[in-house]
Amino acid sequence: MRFDTPATTNPIDQGKVVGQRIHRIDGPLKTTGRAVYAYEWHDPNTRYAYGYVVGSAIAKGRIGSMDVSAAKQAPGVIAVVTSDGIGELKKGKYNTAKLFGGTEIQHYHQAIAVVVAETFEEARAAAALVKVDYAEQKGVFDLAAAKDTAVTPKEGEPDSAAGDFDAAFETAAVKFDQSYTTPDQSHAMMEPHASIAAWNGDDLTVWTSSQMIDWWRTDLATTLGIDKEKVHIMSPFIGGGFGCKLFLRADAVLAALAAREAKRPVKVALPRPFLMNNTTHRPATIQRIRIGAERNGRITAIAHESWSGDLPGGGPEVAVQQTRLLYAGANRMTATRLATLDLPEGNAMRAPGEAPGMMALEIAIDEVAERLGLDPVEFRIVNDTQVDPENRERPFSHRNLVGCLRTGAERFGWQDRNKQPGTRREGNWLVGMGVASAFRNNLVLPSGARVRLDREGIVTVETDMTDIGTGSYTIIAQTAAEMLGVPVDKVAVSLGDSRFPVSSGSGGQFGGNCSTAGVYAACVKLREAVAQKLGFNSSDELTFAEGEVGAGDRRVPLAQAASDESLVVEDRIEFGDLDKTHQQSTFGAHFVEVGVDVATGETRIRRMLAVCGAGRILNPITARSQVIGAMTMGVGGALSEELVVDKERGFFVNHDLAAYEVPVHADIPHQEVIFLDETDPMSSPMKAKGIAELGLCGVAAAVANGIYNATGIRVREYPITLDKLINELPEVS
Amino acid sequence: MQSPGALEISRRDLLVASAATVTVASTASLSHSQTNAPAASQSTKVSFTVNGERRELQLDNRTTLLDALREHLHLTGTKKGCDHGQCGACTVLIDGRRVNACLTLAAMHEGEGITTIEGLGQPGSLHPMQAAFVEHDGFQCGYCTPGQICSSVAMLEEMKVNIPSHATGDLLAPAEVTPAEIRERMSGNICRCGAYSNIVQAITEVAGRKA
Repeated sequence: MRFDTPATTNPIDQGKVVGQRIHRIDGPLKTTGRAVYAYEWHDPNTRYAYGYVVGSAIAKGRIGSMDVSAAKQAPGVIAVVTSDGIGELKKGKYNTAKLFGGTEIQHYHQAIAVVVAETFEEARAAAALVKVDYAEQKGVFDLAAAKDTAVTPKEGEPDSAAGDFDAAFETAAVKFDQSYTTPDQSHAMMEPHASIAAWNGDDLTVWTSSQMIDWWRTDLATTLGIDKEKVHIMSPFIGGGFGCKLFLRADAVLAALAAREAKRPVKVALPRPFLMNNTTHRPATIQRIRIGAERNGRITAIAHESWSGDLPGGGPEVAVQQTRLLYAGANRMTATRLATLDLPEGNAMRAPGEAPGMMALEIAIDEVAERLGLDPVEFRIVNDTQVDPENRERPFSHRNLVGCLRTGAERFGWQDRNKQPGTRREGNWLVGMGVASAFRNNLVLPSGARVRLDREGIVTVETDMTDIGTGSYTIIAQTAAEMLGVPVDKVAVSLGDSRFPVSSGSGGQFGGNCSTAGVYAACVKLREAVAQKLGFNSSDELTFAEGEVGAGDRRVPLAQAASDESLVVEDRIEFGDLDKTHQQSTFGAHFVEVGVDVATGETRIRRMLAVCGAGRILNPITARSQVIGAMTMGVGGALSEELVVDKERGFFVNHDLAAYEVPVHADIPHQEVIFLDETDPMSSPMKAKGIAELGLCGVAAAVANGIYNATGIRVREYPITLDKLINELPEVS
Repeated sequence: MQSPGALEISRRDLLVASAATVTVASTASLSHSQTNAPAASQSTKVSFTVNGERRELQLDNRTTLLDALREHLHLTGTKKGCDHGQCGACTVLIDGRRVNACLTLAAMHEGEGITTIEGLGQPGSLHPMQAAFVEHDGFQCGYCTPGQICSSVAMLEEMKVNIPSHATGDLLAPAEVTPAEIRERMSGNICRCGAYSNIVQAITEVAGRKA
């Protein structure tokens, strides 16, 4: 099905199932420990071996020699596979750094060997016996020091401009120019990367933890130099990803190589302290924002520049992209620059670009509002735009940022905010409120599905879509149930298997809308097949409801269409250029109340509210959970999350969950989420858009602005730890 | 919803009876304990009760309780999130008290009674805490969930016997199940999906129901 004209009325609009509060259909499996994740696949007839990874102890250089003799003789060891022993492997399309293979070291903890033994304990002990001589080279690890060496990236749109920024800024009544930094951040999903690989002749099956089945399948085949058709990927349950499982990772490659060598299925999990330097992270940024405004609050000039670093061949953090679209202003420019760093690979983490970009932009907006003497909510509303500010011929498909801000302000009690920073005190606490817009683009990718109707009236959906906690199982079941007029418990959903039609996968908040649109397409085809089988005329106005198909006075049980054999159809959604002719984005507003301890500078979050305008909400329960989870991650970004760089040796020092501080229960209060009642017919037949990343974009800035309102202290370097506040806090009496 | 794993296994032709994987460690050790080879891995026989069932294992001394459950008894509901006692995903109950199974060796638990998430309830007959987590959507990816549930079940028992926490104001008064107490006491269980707000609601509901 090609989607190239705006959606009109369709069965999804009935809203009998889609849009309803339906609990996760995988809930009973997950809450009872019966959901089987990658490392847990167990065939009782198989004797698995265990692989333990060895990582580079240097950040840049070459392996001089590797002595594996002691490891090979250690108890239980079956094989030792080394990167210098195996020769060069091809690199997958989506990776920047090599996952394994060759003698060159590109980053700290790059995998250089895997030790295979009968047990996990034996593999781990033997891995410690591998001796490596390195020829270390000097690397570049400090973004601030490398900033002036940054270049214009060759790909993407590193520069944008409209009007004449320089002239407009020069003559603006109010001129604002500030710089901000965001640190390297880690996904830190709860399930570490893990794979089990099993060869059957030339055929390889890998149980793994992947957001994007087809990308992994393709890149694993490329890396191993085998035919893609020989690779079978299974990933039915994924213990979180946030972007860290978008691209093939070392565990899958090592497990496949180890299993080939050991001639047995091998299990490989990356140890937690290995993740942060071995895999990817959100790159740190330095951002400069300039805003020129009239005294009445209208922005006349806006510029956003960002610097980040990555390994050679890598890409930038596109932290300026929201500034091209979020606020009006005739004269504008953005610039993205990329330095070469020898830190581990920088890559996508939840809302790449917008998440760190909004961390800076939305503080800047708060600062300019204050300079103008305007309420920050009103300042944002004054500068709303219904068209792409760089190309005013191009409208937004649907945009209600103003509604988000106004609804949120009313519900949060924004009018009670102290107008003068640092003036509301409750005991030891300085109390303040902060606001930020939320913004994230809506991406559309093709997505396929297979749908089967059997004689029992059970509808089975098969797609290689993944559920990384997002609720895919449930919203896909809801979509099929709505389309075929059956209850959710008559729908079986199978995901995460490369034998199923290729889907959008999970990433970039595109998975929910696109994968259900693919299921919609397949269900349209199944409705046609059912109608034909049951002898309805193609001109009939058919209804699918309560397990029956009907037209006029005739009603036939749906299952009857499959009475002699199951009906199986397959289709995919493909998107035309509606996302080019119209800017598709999602909008929201974050409101936060904080308390800052006047003596210690400790910040506590007291209240949080998000209002989101993101098209049709397919399931208010799972969508809300996406948003509160993102708000939680935003609190981490504001207050504690930072991968600390050892600028001499070139690695992230705090590479575990003790030292990389993500929010815990005690950090998060009760959270409120409001969804505006809207649909976006430009996005897909589902009229839904992404929500998972929108919930993150702006949260950290709302916290930062709340801290400013509480204390009068403006911190422009994330995270806002107490050391950055304590010197400027008032004297404690 | 059926587990895809279960689905997969049922499709297979099981030609051979289930292999006794619990013996892997010891046989592996024996095969290497020859002259001139390094010493074999040391192992210990341990027996304990898991979810009411007596289990006997011959285990490498280095085997954690977590790996004994997951790799030897194939009770994979207990999760390995960090293997360093930092995340709480491996929380199990030992004689009713919550423990990070990754931080304790299996051989140390001779004769003890262990309850894992599989022992609390199952699809179709959920423990009240499991049902409350489903009802309040107290999870997303599900990987920290067994640990959160085991931890919360034991935590409410701790409160019943007035074990204080950092959030307890009056050590002499009976402990009250407040959101602040729950958040403090559950802070050893990290949820990166950020379901905390919902988890607190689930626990509050169960605490109220019991009271």
